[in-house]
Amino acid sequence: MAATPIPDAAASTEINLSRRQRTLWSDALRRFFHNRLAMFGLALVLFFLILAIFADFLAPYRYDQADFTKVLQFPFVDPQYPLGGDEVGRDFLSRLIYGARTSLTVGLAVQLIAFSIGVPLGAFAGYRGGAVDFVVMRIVDIMTAFPGLLFAIFLITLWGGGLEKVILVLGLTSWIGALRLTRAQFLSLREKEFVGAARAIGATERRTIFRHILPNALTPLLVAVSFGIPAAIFAEASLSFLGIGVNDPLPSWGKMVGVSGAYIRVYWHVGLFPTLLIALTMLGFSFVGDGLRDALDPKLTIK
Amino acid sequence: MARYLVGRLLSLVFVLFVVSLITFTLMRSVPGGPFDEGKQRLPDAAKANILRKYGLDQPIHVQYVKYMWSALHLDFGIPYQVPTETVTSLIAKTWFITFQVGMMTVTLAFGTGILLGAIAAYRRGSWIDTGVTFLSMLGTTLPNFVVALWLILGFAYGLKILPSGGWNEPNDWLIPGVFSKNWVLPVLAYALLPMAVVARYTRASIVDALQSDYVRTARAKGLRDRSILTRHVLKNAAIPMVTALGPIIPDLITGSIFIEAVFRIPGLGKYFVTSTFNRDYPMIMALILLIALLWGVTYIITDLAYVALDPRVRLGGTMK
Repeated sequence: MAATPIPDAAASTEINLSRRQRTLWSDALRRFFHNRLAMFGLALVLFFLILAIFADFLAPYRYDQADFTKVLQFPFVDPQYPLGGDEVGRDFLSRLIYGARTSLTVGLAVQLIAFSIGVPLGAFAGYRGGAVDFVVMRIVDIMTAFPGLLFAIFLITLWGGGLEKVILVLGLTSWIGALRLTRAQFLSLREKEFVGAARAIGATERRTIFRHILPNALTPLLVAVSFGIPAAIFAEASLSFLGIGVNDPLPSWGKMVGVSGAYIRVYWHVGLFPTLLIALTMLGFSFVGDGLRDALDPKLTIK
Repeated sequence: MARYLVGRLLSLVFVLFVVSLITFTLMRSVPGGPFDEGKQRLPDAAKANILRKYGLDQPIHVQYVKYMWSALHLDFGIPYQVPTETVTSLIAKTWFITFQVGMMTVTLAFGTGILLGAIAAYRRGSWIDTGVTFLSMLGTTLPNFVVALWLILGFAYGLKILPSGGWNEPNDWLIPGVFSKNWVLPVLAYALLPMAVVARYTRASIVDALQSDYVRTARAKGLRDRSILTRHVLKNAAIPMVTALGPIIPDLITGSIFIEAVFRIPGLGKYFVTSTFNRDYPMIMALILLIALLWGVTYIITDLAYVALDPRVRLGGTMK
């Protein structure tokens, strides 16, 4: 899918092939949709996305609405509270649904930050090389010396918790992967003929980077995003478990597991449901990621 | 070789310097200090006295230079949280505990992980392979604190055969003097994720090697399966594993805050949180520098191991 900057030539030749056109993307999509695990993962991801987006309509109660007669109510007993109540009497089902919103917001927003820092820096370093590359790589050296979650914990305890802070901190500590990946792609792609051709017909540097090289580097980045989202969700759950993540009353599955430790011997539901949801989300995203990686790998033959 | 090593070490020193500068700036850029009064206000003179004692009355750049100067002499100061200790002795004491959990976890994770991965790769498509794939999926989808919670529920409260936490309590030895019951659940909970990663990676590397041309050649020569596995497959599969899995080790031996919190292990973990909360400047600096140093050294060792294992790789093109 090397970008063809001369559409006129293609149109004028008037070759009408009867066979339907097959591009990398259509092949990949076909492979992706034929992968049963990936489809299962996609279904899970879509399910959680719907929960997150339509939480206001789907949840029977607000996430912070408490009824003190329902404190630690067991599930499947009161039809008004199908999954029971939490430790202060809030509807557990509603908390879980809003928890999906917290998780997915963090997952998507963190990747957005990470890639908007990592991709341009990596592209710049890989394309220019030389001194620019040297400086960027020293920054990478320094960032890798701060290990991910520990540095996030350090920053959060320093700056205080809350949803926005969690997103900011996780975003600021997870862009190295995107940078490395983009840089490696650019290092190899900038030597390719189509880049030389683009330069030869006088494309500006910006055009070469964004219109010619970046589209070709997109595939591995897409796979990286699909693995980055569950990683961010995982990290948020961990921070919230420690009690330094999302602030009350906003629900977070990690926090719910953390709180459940005190009650779980009797009230199993406060631990079980969030555990299942964390596992299912992680599973969904990793199946999609695996599926995308397999689908986009042109080395695998199409069956 | 020597030149390469010196270069790497110099860049490590540079990284440590910048890391210390960033940490120092970050922790001083937020409001609050280690000796802020709570309900009881201190007389101004007493407060000035405390600040003078710890050198906090001096200009900030002077404090940084002084701290780094004594750090170079391996004196990391006194932790404000535990003023009767030194930072070095406190870290040494608590890290020793964390390190034990970490080493047991490394052994379990790598031992079982490599074994399971190798069996799964060799018996590809069998029920063992499916089982290992399922186990590693489970390991990567569940955070270790969740695993810890359910292990406690099952083994400590349900079956009542293992303690739910604590460290080295008397009469709690599984093998007297060697292995305490307290260690079983934390190590299990902690090892599941790295074990899953190791098993997955081992399986992939070995499958890759099994399908290579040199293995086909070895088969064609009529070599026995065992010698193909040990002499050809495992050696080649080890190369990608070293680079990918090496960095797991410093992560494990610096411990998990989550595991230590859930199992009440008096290790290093809690200081990562409390030091920042309490603005315990000397402790934060020492902890972050320690971690940065460990990681830096691990990366250098991993790269060296890569060269030792794969004769095609040359260090920075300097070796002939």
